[in-house]
Amino acid sequence: MIHSSLTQLGAALRAKKISSVELTQSYLDRIAQLNPKLNAFITVNPEMSLAQAREADTRFASGKVGALTGIPIAQKDIFCAKGWLTTCGSKMLHNFVSPYDAHVISQFNNAGAINLGKTNMDEFAMGSSNETSHYGPVKNPWDTARVPGGSSGGTAAAVAARLCAAATGTDTGGSIRQPAALCGISGLKPTYGVCSRYGMIAFASSLDQAGPMGRSAEDLALMLNVMAGFDERDSTSLQREKEDYTRDLNKPLTGLRIGLPKEFFAAGMGSDVAQAVEAAIAEYKKLGATIVEISLPNSKLSVPVYYVLAPAEASSNLSRFDGVRYGYRAPEYGDLADMYEKSRAQGFGAEVKRRIMIGTYVLSHGYYDAYYLQAQKIRRLIAQDFTEAYKQCDVIMGPTSPSTAFKLGEKGDDPVQMYLSDIYTIAVNLAGLPGMSIPCGFGANDMPVGLQIIGNYFDEARMLNVAHQFQLATDWHSHAPQGL
Amino acid sequence: MTWEIVIGLEVHTQLSTNTKIFSGASTAFGAEPNTQADAVSIALPGVLPVLNKGAVERAIKFGLATGSHIAPRSVFARKNYFYPDLPKGYQISQFDLPVVGQGALTIQVEPLSGNAKPYEKTVRITRAHLEEDAGKSMHGDFHGMTGIDLNRAGTPLLEIVSEPDMSSAAEAVAYAKTLHTLVRWIGICDGNMQEGSFRCDVNVSVRKPGQPLGTRREIKNLNSFKFMQQAIDYEVQWQIDTIENGGKVHQATILFNPDTGETRAMRSKEDAHDYRYFPDPDLLPLEISSEWIEQVRAMLPELQQQKYARFMIELGGDSGLSSSDIRFLTASREMADFFETVLAAVPKDAKMCANWIMGEVSAQLNRDGLDMAQCPITARQLGGMLQRIADGTISNSGAKEVFRTMWAEGGDADAVIEAKGLKQVSDSGAIEALVDEIIADNADKVAEYRSGKDKLFGFFVGLAMKASKGKANPAQLNDILKKKLEG
Repeated sequence: MIHSSLTQLGAALRAKKISSVELTQSYLDRIAQLNPKLNAFITVNPEMSLAQAREADTRFASGKVGALTGIPIAQKDIFCAKGWLTTCGSKMLHNFVSPYDAHVISQFNNAGAINLGKTNMDEFAMGSSNETSHYGPVKNPWDTARVPGGSSGGTAAAVAARLCAAATGTDTGGSIRQPAALCGISGLKPTYGVCSRYGMIAFASSLDQAGPMGRSAEDLALMLNVMAGFDERDSTSLQREKEDYTRDLNKPLTGLRIGLPKEFFAAGMGSDVAQAVEAAIAEYKKLGATIVEISLPNSKLSVPVYYVLAPAEASSNLSRFDGVRYGYRAPEYGDLADMYEKSRAQGFGAEVKRRIMIGTYVLSHGYYDAYYLQAQKIRRLIAQDFTEAYKQCDVIMGPTSPSTAFKLGEKGDDPVQMYLSDIYTIAVNLAGLPGMSIPCGFGANDMPVGLQIIGNYFDEARMLNVAHQFQLATDWHSHAPQGL
Repeated sequence: MTWEIVIGLEVHTQLSTNTKIFSGASTAFGAEPNTQADAVSIALPGVLPVLNKGAVERAIKFGLATGSHIAPRSVFARKNYFYPDLPKGYQISQFDLPVVGQGALTIQVEPLSGNAKPYEKTVRITRAHLEEDAGKSMHGDFHGMTGIDLNRAGTPLLEIVSEPDMSSAAEAVAYAKTLHTLVRWIGICDGNMQEGSFRCDVNVSVRKPGQPLGTRREIKNLNSFKFMQQAIDYEVQWQIDTIENGGKVHQATILFNPDTGETRAMRSKEDAHDYRYFPDPDLLPLEISSEWIEQVRAMLPELQQQKYARFMIELGGDSGLSSSDIRFLTASREMADFFETVLAAVPKDAKMCANWIMGEVSAQLNRDGLDMAQCPITARQLGGMLQRIADGTISNSGAKEVFRTMWAEGGDADAVIEAKGLKQVSDSGAIEALVDEIIADNADKVAEYRSGKDKLFGFFVGLAMKASKGKANPAQLNDILKKKLEG
């Protein structure tokens, strides 16, 4: 059962081969067994999950069910869920029980899915290794001495270790795709504005986007069908017709034009990663695709642009965590300024503080034009590169991450090295494009490698088709970590 | 050599929307603390702002009413600073691209002293931008701690910034009053200064004529016109004294203490915040189409100056209303609406309408401490009463009694006239009989009158009125009396 796809689980539930309560309990048991080893979940609440499962079972009796009814889905701890502790990986929110549901959460609730628990993450989604979480690092199920990637590392590890069938992530600079690659699962960051950000704790508002993480493209399509949709509470949410993201899964790939950006295949990528990615491209040729070399000349500026814009927005977004109304407040303080200083100094971890300081600096009087404004201009150039490229190709492919999962602590002292793990993913967020990662082989130390697929705006259905056809032809996505 | 005073104003007007600028929480004043603080007002993690179109509509109204440029595209920006009553740690405001651009406001200045005459002046408006209000810190009894009330947090404000075009306290007060009238006139702000719906920051500097602008100090949060005048007078004198004594004025934010009549520095420029403005990524740029502007224009009432001009043409002139009458009757939207409703009942008697409103109605309102909106007699009711004067049903003195009764007890004029029996006697037979009786009873006085003592006419009128219990139609009585006495 734990290796079943969402489609199989849905069929089993509807055929009453298993109840939602039984299914939920079996995942809860597995979490109880493996989470101490992996630390993928911050919060599990069997009582609340099982209550939802019981309700789902009554829905089966009444017949009003959807594809995800009764299926336990884990939620990244960045999503506010009513009655659930919602920490965002931070001490700052160690005691914050949300009084309301994020839009994504209510979409799952309406679909009858079960909230299986809240997954671990880098603090406020700032990190690429899950080591910045206040609740301790997540371990990669393929090798527990290694990181799962970040920031959605808890979700990626949980899906890879079969602690859940699928789960949610969020992606600001690669936080869905990079951990998906490092844990050997599939993950999709939709076009900016496809999933409402309401109730998703903001890191960098103009880049943040929720998306599904699972074991196959087909599962991602079912997840996205639930997660996507206009929400009037998010002004950046896009008002579009509801789509069925499974509609194109089975289209043949004949004539598909795949763009390979020469900048992504230059120095910097590990040879093991290059080998797996090139093999995947060869597979696509077999499936009928043609290859076009393209150029994204400004993508080399993505990392510096991102590390101006994202911290700028974050420094302001995180101002509300001041110890006044909720969250952590220092136990002892003098005056008001002292309360702010101590609460924030004690409540935030080092990486969050670093980014708040960078962001505060780049927005400061006298520096704004040189940093923030300049970065915004380059951001537009980066997006234009993609627009140009899509005149020649239908999807763009390349590596998701320059290397496979690295060891815990390996990059701890060098933030710039850590930031470079997202070198292939960040441009996609800056342009607002959809991007995904699917497993395409194994590299050094038998660690998974991810293939990144970047689509044009609103081309999620095509990307899922492209990924699904690969997964019909290969079995990289069905490998599971052994010996847990 | 004299000093020249330079004053510019920043006025925060609370817009009269039912809900907040970025959420559906109520904006009603005076609720229990934090009962109107929803998730957005509290700034819970993950919540997002959604712009209230009603606030934008009110900003457009203001722009149209002042002939200002209305930006087809404006941008909301975050103004970052920490304060406990600012829940997000930033205020959503507008910075380099405000919704309303340059415009102007014409003011009537009443000089405060001397025999100087009132004059007209045009003050340029620099800009007006939308922003959210903060909550309130409450330093009451909280066991030595400070309470926070976030009911006001997120209330929509339009901050209206003028050019430094005013050169006296009188001009500043005239500008503020004109603005106050305007925002109420076009229905975008209730203008309640006690509740903080209309708050003024005044920038003051002094210089010698011909010299560059002096260093300004900003008097914050003045919520009465009287305080504004006192604060400016004090501040101007303080700046002049400081300079004349060899000192220097430093840029600062200051507060006015109404108890002492003095101003005092709150913070100097050195501790000025770096607000780190940047465009709010949670909100799209605000786009205003010309269609939207035209829709709002169609909703705009006739403005004060337009109404004044129209009344001057339609109702002014030698036998009509004076310019000061019309100024009085167009002093506020309520007043003008009241007058026009009354006038609709007796369209040929504008002067009578004006006299009643400026006389009895205003006097009673003053006496009872009420404003026009609280007038116990509706304009329609007053119009009904004036119709009865015009058609001779009641006399002027009878009307005063009807008016007093309506004021105290309510009801329409006709019902009061009926109940009190105030209907005038216009039956000539009845009046003749009455006059005949008086002539018969006062033969000596009649003889005196007929021998040329014309002044006795009033004596006869008095007797006749008394005999009719005040109900005789005075014009008719005059005619009949004159005829019979001379008969």
